[in-house]
Amino acid sequence: MRLDVLKAMNAARRERRAGVMVTRFDDGSQRFVEASGFAADPLGERLDQALRMGKSGALALDGVEYFLTVQAPPPRLVLIGAVHISQALAPMARIAGLDPTVIDPRTAFATPERFPDTPVVAEWPDEALATAPPDRYTAICLLTHDPKIDDPALVLALRADCFYIGALGSKKTHAKRIERMRALGFDDEALARIHAPIGLDIGAVSPAEIAVSIIGEVVASLRRKPLRTEGRAP
Amino acid sequence: MISREDDVLAAAEAWREAGRGVAVATVVETWGSAPRPVGSHLVIDADGDFLGSVSGGCVEGAVVEEAGEVIATGAPRMLEFGVADETAWRVGLSCGGRIRVYVERLD
Repeated sequence: MRLDVLKAMNAARRERRAGVMVTRFDDGSQRFVEASGFAADPLGERLDQALRMGKSGALALDGVEYFLTVQAPPPRLVLIGAVHISQALAPMARIAGLDPTVIDPRTAFATPERFPDTPVVAEWPDEALATAPPDRYTAICLLTHDPKIDDPALVLALRADCFYIGALGSKKTHAKRIERMRALGFDDEALARIHAPIGLDIGAVSPAEIAVSIIGEVVASLRRKPLRTEGRAP
Repeated sequence: MISREDDVLAAAEAWREAGRGVAVATVVETWGSAPRPVGSHLVIDADGDFLGSVSGGCVEGAVVEEAGEVIATGAPRMLEFGVADETAWRVGLSCGGRIRVYVERLD
């Protein structure tokens, strides 16, 4: 493996840019192609396919054997609300290979003491997400029960093509949420993307159990189907 | 925290930059029940230190051994492991699957 190629791939990952490393087995030659450069690459279409599936794999083409190493950004989990469920969810997310961030403008909740090892941002969601905009490798959980805090995050999530959006609250709470979002111009297709009530139905009771049900739902959304494609209209 | 494929490749870069001889092993094909998916990495240095996994522990020892040769000679190798392997008693996959592992030096 060429060090310069590995460096290019590692740098892309740090900056959350997707790409594919191409290795030719016959001559050992190697290159890293960023997603933005697929169109100009002779294998572009195959690279795009591999990235969409999110799977590294061997490729035989015209008698030549290649290996494609897919580099997709690590999935991010944005937790709106520095609440009890988030305290259980953040460490579980890390173990599952997700990068959690907690956002809550209420400074009494958003403290490092309550969230060791997890980045906590004590700002309003629209401010906090402006510096790290959600992308299609991002999952967002709305956990505050407070529309003032949850709604701005939900609007951004719906516009940003996140692979998962979950919202805590009863069916009644969710019906009101849907009404508010519809008033902002979101259609049924967009609103159907919200998982509510949040989490898989495993009969969870405690905050930690609810966290388990949410992690299960996030993983299902990530793995069961290819990630949503880029370029959805806002 | 459990190391992920990206941490493993970041470590490979750091080890090489620190002047260590480094080999990268990648699972390039699997048949049947295999413990680690295609694209999984094991990073090995000249002293036999390693990070990541290609089989969840079954054949790492053999890969690390081969990696020493790859680091020394610079020639990449394709390794294959499975229960049908004649060395199965030593380094086979107990799960019954077969895997192909590409080992290359980081230059």
